[in-house]
Amino acid sequence: MTSTETSSAPVSLSTDHSRATADGAHSHAPVGGAVQGSRADRVASFDLGVIGVPSGREEEWRFSPVSRLAPLFAENLANADGVTVEPAPEVLVELVGREDARLGKAGVPGDRTAVTAWNAFTKATVVTVPKGVQASTVTRINVSGVADQAEASHILIKAEPLSESVIVLDHRGDALLNESVEIVAEEGSHLTVVSVQDWNEGAVHASTQRITLDRDATVKHVVVTFGGDVVRITPDAEFVGEGAEVEMVGLYFADENQHQEHRLFVDHAVPRCKSRVTYKGALQGEGSHAVWVGDVLIRANAEGTDTYELNRNLILTDGGRADSVPNLEIETGLIEGAGHASATGRFDDEQLFYLQARGIREADARRLVVRGFFAELIHEIGVPEVEERLLHSIDAELEKSMSVITGQDA
Amino acid sequence: MSTLEIKDLHVSVETKEGAKQILRGVNLTINSGEIHAIMGPNGSGKSTLAYSIAGHPKYEITSGTVTLDGEDVLAMSVDERARAGMFLAMQYPVEVPGVSVSNFLRTAKTAVDGQAPALRTWVKEVKGAMKDLRMDDSFAERSVNEGFSGGEKKRHEILQLELLKPKFAILDETDSGLDVDALRIVSEGVNRAKAATNSGVLLITHYTRILRYIKPDFVHVFVAGRVAEEGGPELAERLEAEGYDRYLTDVTA
Repeated sequence: MTSTETSSAPVSLSTDHSRATADGAHSHAPVGGAVQGSRADRVASFDLGVIGVPSGREEEWRFSPVSRLAPLFAENLANADGVTVEPAPEVLVELVGREDARLGKAGVPGDRTAVTAWNAFTKATVVTVPKGVQASTVTRINVSGVADQAEASHILIKAEPLSESVIVLDHRGDALLNESVEIVAEEGSHLTVVSVQDWNEGAVHASTQRITLDRDATVKHVVVTFGGDVVRITPDAEFVGEGAEVEMVGLYFADENQHQEHRLFVDHAVPRCKSRVTYKGALQGEGSHAVWVGDVLIRANAEGTDTYELNRNLILTDGGRADSVPNLEIETGLIEGAGHASATGRFDDEQLFYLQARGIREADARRLVVRGFFAELIHEIGVPEVEERLLHSIDAELEKSMSVITGQDA
Repeated sequence: MSTLEIKDLHVSVETKEGAKQILRGVNLTINSGEIHAIMGPNGSGKSTLAYSIAGHPKYEITSGTVTLDGEDVLAMSVDERARAGMFLAMQYPVEVPGVSVSNFLRTAKTAVDGQAPALRTWVKEVKGAMKDLRMDDSFAERSVNEGFSGGEKKRHEILQLELLKPKFAILDETDSGLDVDALRIVSEGVNRAKAATNSGVLLITHYTRILRYIKPDFVHVFVAGRVAEEGGPELAERLEAEGYDRYLTDVTA
């Protein structure tokens, strides 16, 4: 484990691991000099004029296929009507106009798709877990789009004080969708939100998922990305009350020519909060591309912060590319711990040999290794139906790679 | 009654400087129920022999044959060899994170037998074998070889040997890195496995101390990629007293 503990004057530091390939964690010593491009200085706005159309050279777009995402940069996106909710009996669902005062409270759009999504929607889906309620079942929010029309959708998930609930956002079918999800965890609430991207081939999806956590709230935010051509999820977690805790988990599996991007920002703006980020992905096939960027900012007043983030990529075949960039900025020395680790490795043929030497066929051996790679995280999800589906998806993905490797069906 | 027959085996590995010949004509025949010890100095090719028989892709067979009851082992994939009844206890077992020992053992047993073991007897058998090897129950829930001590890795290899019941077991320096107690426990496991199924055993070792616990029927001295001398258990005693110097001098002379 890595930890940073400094008792001297506040220091700032930032790291870029875009070319990190070695396994392992490391710790930071305070470094001098000016910090380049602090996350705290990043432009965020509800105003279209403030965040223009990106060229692809910007920090937040430098890994993205902007030409494929371009339809979602437009100002005139249609309002998506492919959102349906199957709520737990205790959970309230409303369809509201954009003037509803509850909207726009979780964070501020931080990039072009987030700002066009905010300005385009006419109706928003509001899912409320009432105060003190313990939801007895999972609430499912089903989202689908259409292949040839750029749409915007807006969803607000509001966990009132001391409530407990599990919400699954299930993205299926076709899409050219620009989505905003506001996640508001009020005092002492316990909320799990799972966002599954299981799109058809050809789908293009941008999703800003902005979480705010008030005092003593705990949020588990899970992202599972399998389908679609281009999927770009940007979860932000902002602490607004002390003693809150966020756990952000991601699993992804990128195939041939799939671009899967997960950009996270954890904003430790208040003291004594805890964040844990763990993202793991597998890649296979020519042109498979995974991007993970984890920005963590510990602001000057966020004493007692405890944060750790980790990203691991497993490249199963030639032709895959993983970019992994953890950024940790620390503006106070009075913290519990802060660290990160990033590693990208190839499939280990020695593991394969070991398992095959015990009689296990190659396809089964690969399945064991890849399931093993994801195993710990799958169990973290805590929603059995999602776990089951994930295991099936992993197996289905592996059958594709086995047919590439052996030239026949696995 | 089965026979593993190695004839005139030549093996090379690819290095930065090109192909390097390691085995230079190995001849060896092992029958069911026999224990053969292969002893030799470091770098003589003992492990290469073990991994070549198991089918590790790093080793290229340039000539010779390996047959199991007349079947061409070298034509088989790694997993086919194991299903045909071969087993290699590795010197450096590989970690497989996220795959539990119990899941791994059940998957391997199912693969080797061609059908899943009956659940109730299997659980009992695994527990019993673990107990015999002084392995705690919690072991079954750990990830394969991950964070295992050297001794735990070797016990885990022998646990697999006992459960998978191969026709032929190749033990590659199973004694290395074991203290006296662990060496005895592991050796007892090998002896139990052999007694239970009348396996043939090819015991590869650098030292004679494991031969106090596992009594070989034949001893082969391995030098510079081939068998330099063969004999009975008395040959091991002579090696204990004289070391390998005599053979090394012969080679360089």
